[in-house]
Amino acid sequence: MSIRDQKPLRVVLYEGRDSTPLEGEQRFAAVSRLLQQGFAITRVGGAGRTAPADDSAALVLGRFGGEKAADFSAGTSNGQVRVRDITGLDAEQVAAEVEAARSERQAPAPGAWKPWFPVIDYDRCTNCMQCLSFCLFGVYGADDEGHIQVQNQDNCKTNCPACSRVCPEAAIMFPKYKAGPINGDVVKDSDLQREKMKIDISALLGGDIYSMLRQRSERAQSRFSKERDSDKALNERQKCLTKLAQAGDIPAEVLMSLPTPDEILRRAGEARAKAQAALAVQQR
Amino acid sequence: MPPADNTPAPGILYCHCTYAQIIDPAVKAGVLRRLCDSGRSFEAVADLCELSARRDPALARLARGPGVKIAACYPRAVKWLFASAGSPLDPGATEVVNLRELPEDAAAARLLADDLQTNLPPDKSSAAATSTSSPAS
Repeated sequence: MSIRDQKPLRVVLYEGRDSTPLEGEQRFAAVSRLLQQGFAITRVGGAGRTAPADDSAALVLGRFGGEKAADFSAGTSNGQVRVRDITGLDAEQVAAEVEAARSERQAPAPGAWKPWFPVIDYDRCTNCMQCLSFCLFGVYGADDEGHIQVQNQDNCKTNCPACSRVCPEAAIMFPKYKAGPINGDVVKDSDLQREKMKIDISALLGGDIYSMLRQRSERAQSRFSKERDSDKALNERQKCLTKLAQAGDIPAEVLMSLPTPDEILRRAGEARAKAQAALAVQQR
Repeated sequence: MPPADNTPAPGILYCHCTYAQIIDPAVKAGVLRRLCDSGRSFEAVADLCELSARRDPALARLARGPGVKIAACYPRAVKWLFASAGSPLDPGATEVVNLRELPEDAAAARLLADDLQTNLPPDKSSAAATSTSSPAS
């Protein structure tokens, strides 16, 4: 199931009317514990606004005391809201209550996916489609008007920032990346020059990366037919992957999980066709 | 001290960035502790990126409010995380408190201050602003 189709359990820590507020330290302990567990928490009470209501299943936690909790539950509209009285519970016990409720409602388990995906800065993006052409995993696509989009975030390979390195405008961010400007920090002129130098992958590998792979594949097939020297082919591929890893800061596990050269070429062809189609839509 | 014009206090969103080790744990803990001690209402999320990927409706409601303070990472990243979720932030009503750069005291002070020091990167142009809505449509 795509991340976009999942409806997580919402947790509301209610400390408003008809409840007894938690002390600050207890509130901190409970909220910290739930965040570590991967839940989102809406704390209601006192000044300020929150945005808790939607059609997700919700669990309302509070120190209600007996019958008041039941009244609260009866006032909810769609049966999606459950109430738990947490009077006397410590942070661990609160977390256990929330996890039990999540399991009971069959809401997705938080933390199953590390949210790592490209975020496009449309103030910088020129819609050149380099990213769409480059990505082998179908993360990118284009809308009906030919604008580049990140369409399948959960297809992205965790910790791999390679597509940001092929963007000529430093328009692709990975907010969890270690360094700027890929992490979202301000883009400086020096960054632009450095990024271009660092991963002009094409230049690094002596031409278009996919044409290079195609040539390698053809050479390998030719060699196999003549010599069946699989060790040599493997060495070639490892050399190529090492270059990519160093130039693009691409995790070794991502590179080692790449499909076969032929499959890479097939996917690259598909991606390039999508990019060309999107560019054609723009030019209409 | 509350604003003199009775403007509602800005909404607060705190991102714990649970799945990455890019924010100093002491900064996260310190800011969250002071937020909890403040008695203010707030949204706390394990990972803002995850909400963006999911296009969580809570982002839209926060973005629509009269003002919002977001404790997370770089303003440029936060701006486009919201935009890509179909909930573009109002640059005139948003302050991002960058937990990757600010020390604990400064971050907590900005998050809990009643005034709003807007700091989202400006849109490149009105044309670019229009295009930001297209990926979310």
